[in-house]
Amino acid sequence: MLVSYQWLQDYVDLSGVSPEEVAELLTRGGLEVDHIHRYHDGMDGVVVGKITDSGPHPDADKLTICQVDLGNQSSQIICGATNAPKASKVVVAKPGTVLPGNRVIEATEIRGQKSEGMICALDELGVSENLVSKEQQDLIIELPDDAEVGSDALEYLGLNDVVLEIDLTPNRSDALSMLGVAYDISALLDRPIKVPEIEHGAVRKNAIDQVSVTVEAGVDVPYYGAKIINKVTIAPSPLWMQMRLVAAGMRPVNNVVDITNYVMLETGQPLHAFDYDRFGSKEIVTRRAYAGETMTTLDEQVRTLNEEDIVITNGHTPTALAGVMGGASCEVIETTENILLEAAQFDSVRVRNTAKRTNLRSESSTRFEKGLDAQGTVQAAERAAYLLEKYAGGAVLNGIVESGEMPVFEQEVELSLGAVNTRLGTELDQKETEEILYRLGFGVEDLGDRWRISIPSRRLDINIQEDLIEEIARIYGYDRIPTTYPVSERSAGRLSNTQKLKRKARRFLEGAGLEEAITYSLTSEEKSKRFRLDEFSDDVRVLMPMSEERKVLRQSLLLQLLDSISYNKNRQNNDLALFEMGAVFLPNPGEKLPSELWHIAGAFSGNWTAAAWNKTAEPVDFYTAKGIVEGLLEQLGLNEGVTYRVAKREQLHPGQSADVLVNGQVVGFIGQLHPTFATREGLPVTYVFELRGEALLTEQDKTMRYDPLPRFPAIKRDFAVVVDAQIAASEVQHVIYEAAGAWVKDVTLFDVYEGEHLEPGKKSLAYSVTFLNKERTLVDEEIANVHETIVERLQSKLGASLRG
Amino acid sequence: MIDRLEELKLEAQSAVTSSQDKKELEQVRINYLGKKGPITEVLRGMGKLSAEERPVVGQKANEVREAIQASIDSKQAFFEEAELQEKLSAEKIDVTLPGKKVEAGSPHPLTAVVEQIEDIFVGLGFEVTEGPEVELDYYNFEMMNLPADHPARDMQDSFYVSEDTLLRTQTSPVQARTLQAAKGEGPVRIICPGKVYRRDEDDATHSHQFMQIEGLYVDKHVRMSDLKGVFDTFVKEYFGSDRAIRLRPSYFPFTEPSAEIDVNCGVCGGDGCRVCKQSGWIEVLGSGMVHPRVLEMNGFDPDVYSGFAFGMGVERFAMLKYGIDDIRHFYTNDTRFLSQFKHV
Ligand SMILES: [Zn+2]
Repeated sequence: MLVSYQWLQDYVDLSGVSPEEVAELLTRGGLEVDHIHRYHDGMDGVVVGKITDSGPHPDADKLTICQVDLGNQSSQIICGATNAPKASKVVVAKPGTVLPGNRVIEATEIRGQKSEGMICALDELGVSENLVSKEQQDLIIELPDDAEVGSDALEYLGLNDVVLEIDLTPNRSDALSMLGVAYDISALLDRPIKVPEIEHGAVRKNAIDQVSVTVEAGVDVPYYGAKIINKVTIAPSPLWMQMRLVAAGMRPVNNVVDITNYVMLETGQPLHAFDYDRFGSKEIVTRRAYAGETMTTLDEQVRTLNEEDIVITNGHTPTALAGVMGGASCEVIETTENILLEAAQFDSVRVRNTAKRTNLRSESSTRFEKGLDAQGTVQAAERAAYLLEKYAGGAVLNGIVESGEMPVFEQEVELSLGAVNTRLGTELDQKETEEILYRLGFGVEDLGDRWRISIPSRRLDINIQEDLIEEIARIYGYDRIPTTYPVSERSAGRLSNTQKLKRKARRFLEGAGLEEAITYSLTSEEKSKRFRLDEFSDDVRVLMPMSEERKVLRQSLLLQLLDSISYNKNRQNNDLALFEMGAVFLPNPGEKLPSELWHIAGAFSGNWTAAAWNKTAEPVDFYTAKGIVEGLLEQLGLNEGVTYRVAKREQLHPGQSADVLVNGQVVGFIGQLHPTFATREGLPVTYVFELRGEALLTEQDKTMRYDPLPRFPAIKRDFAVVVDAQIAASEVQHVIYEAAGAWVKDVTLFDVYEGEHLEPGKKSLAYSVTFLNKERTLVDEEIANVHETIVERLQSKLGASLRG
Repeated sequence: MIDRLEELKLEAQSAVTSSQDKKELEQVRINYLGKKGPITEVLRGMGKLSAEERPVVGQKANEVREAIQASIDSKQAFFEEAELQEKLSAEKIDVTLPGKKVEAGSPHPLTAVVEQIEDIFVGLGFEVTEGPEVELDYYNFEMMNLPADHPARDMQDSFYVSEDTLLRTQTSPVQARTLQAAKGEGPVRIICPGKVYRRDEDDATHSHQFMQIEGLYVDKHVRMSDLKGVFDTFVKEYFGSDRAIRLRPSYFPFTEPSAEIDVNCGVCGGDGCRVCKQSGWIEVLGSGMVHPRVLEMNGFDPDVYSGFAFGMGVERFAMLKYGIDDIRHFYTNDTRFLSQFKHV
């Protein structure tokens, strides 16, 4: 909402209150002023001039040489506008003036003739081109005769105005009008409101004899009023009115259209003017459009309507799309003489839907959508009639032809002082509070322990006690509400166990060198098939996706994490270690909501550690990813029951991928991206893991006890065995544990070797096994026996031989 | 003989002094103190001495032996020290070369902000709760006082996955869920961080996916002045003790009265600058007293209970705190961006 500071003064006295102060007042009162526009800033030297003589430029057909009286001087100015030869009073920018766009006006010569300044068009004064009426485009401004030669032309035009741009909250439809804003200022400043003039004359003829109104569905059109104004003369509206429309961001058209817009801006009630003689009948019928019915709107577009749209018709064909746009067939044009003026209330939801569907959101439809002052409709019609009489020479017919009843909107709400103070934490007294309510224009009836407040019909947003409390607070000032602390009983705030574990997992991964990423939950159907932990046949789909890329909810975090890998790769960020934690969404047949499962995923590419002066770079590999997963699981308290087995997954390298199992259940996978897949996706060699985090967040064991330190020494034995290269290290380890019995404390694989000195197809695994007996010192003989058992068992089970 | 011993001592000590290295010194030791050395010889010849002389010469011989040994030891120590110095100096390294790198990763700035805010509210007695990202419109809208024909419920603005379920457009449904779970019994003190979704085209200031933190404080006798107190504390903790808040009337369907909370501009200190659009204030969150309809619909008696609720945009907090100018940075995960948040 654009609010002209000058216009505002028609309704409330702003003397001594600057535009900035008004803006601050409104913002603190709940009508947030987002921006203060001063279009005229820095424009000095723009004055009213009178062309005393003019003639064609001797060397240029299209230019006119004008002698212009500027009051205290006379200047010769060359002008190219077609209306220059016959213009009288004009706007002149004197040399030295800086016009918008940093255009400096200088005394100059044009084709051998001096030119001391510029005669201006509206757009040259900073009026946006789309706000200049069609007729005015490319023409210099012609001022009325009452403009005083030599005086400040910006002031005359009202272009020295300051415009406040208000960012309205959706509840304050009342402030979608100059008057509504004025009411708020009146309450905030405690100054009276001045209501606009509506008393017009009336001719003998009754409107009711000239037209009838039939409303088919009262729900759609609670009220429809029509006035008739005869014998109007279509012309430009007065300059001041045009400039006010421009300040409000509307383009002047002609006096009739401008007046309907002016009254809408003033009162918030949209109006529409039809050409009575071209309406097509003498009956106004409002109804729902028929499916497929067409009409041509004012913008010359053919619109196809449906049964959800309300239309105004002449009994046969639509003449307007209710609340949204008029029809071209009975538009007010230059030759229009008689006006059918519509002042109606339409169902807000219908107007919203129609405006949205046809993409015709306008100043008018916005106001219908937000709701109108129930008692302002007829007043607005009368105000427009007054202006049409005054500025279009119209003769207003007696009365208004109506259908439906003006909705009576007389809200009464009870309120007690106690409620105000307990809710706000204030200590307001009765007198102060009543004072505020009066300033807001509310009726106050004292019921002893409480008030009965009657709410003016323009305030649709006030329905309950709390609404009134907010009204009191905003006029009293939110700033004056004290600062206190809740008096509730104290209790410790906390994170849940799961939240703590999630933080722990994060800290581990960050500490291990990974950067946390956050990616989008929505992905494409194609991508969503990848990296699924479970084979679900279906996706959770968005009904109206914005694009193919954001169509279904992810079932894996890796999908988009890999997008981050390629995004980085394309920017030469090659050494990458990213992780993400977040929800994946699985269909949940029979339930309304999908299952949301918490996952952890990681992706690595490039070097794990960079080359340095004392070492070569270490590229990431399978074991980088696996080491992170092992560390993470240990961090989460999952020491036992974690196993890994060879995995077959479509997007992973068949020789370099493993499933991660906890107690025999697959909880995730680790692996290299399948080279074919990586190449196709433009990804570098990348190692990934994804874990179903949910399965890993076990209840923390609060009974954990430390393991007493051993009183007897541990004994270590190192040995190497040669096995077939195909045998998994985990199998060897498993056999060692089994054979070693109760005394084994730790088995560490410290070397893996294939190559020279070994038979082809064989490998050597070197282990360090630690033995410990908590009760006594183990003797060499005992260890030797166990060692022998291990070797024997490895031989019998895996065909291993001890390496010499 | 005594004289001979004295002579030997001086002779040996002079040899010690002039020895050039450990080897020469060892030779001196062998020469004077060895089994074939002159002192041994003297001692061996003691048998020829009288009983009176014997102990005197014996004592002297021992004295001389010890003195020589002491000289040798001291010289030995000197050589060892010199050797050590030489060794250490040979071991000298360039301590200005970089150390072996132990490189930590970094939290995502949005996570960092969420955790910072969680920690402040946990300190103020709040619990952290979560809710589903795919939500029933019953919780997302209905129970938050947004009835079916409310403009904010337009299908165009939300990602629906079925007739009545959608990707939540706000974290507010967690308010409804939490209140219903509390079955009308206060106090309820929660904050709820999480992802939310709206049908916006992604650009520098819009993202179809973003994060919010919702908060709710419901108990008997909660006042709007308490909301001010809690946020005064929060803002000072989060932005700095020199910061102040301002409440402005606003509108949210689930609060009444409603307030926008502004913080004075950290760039200009309130004088007005480009960052605060000359106003001196920066809007940081929406809040208000829980609407009585919301309390009632979710099982709380609005005559007994009151409370305040608030919602803040995590991206906005991160952008304000770290001066980030494009919301897309949060979701492209450029490591040159991410790695800057190591120390936060
Ligand atoms: Zn500032």
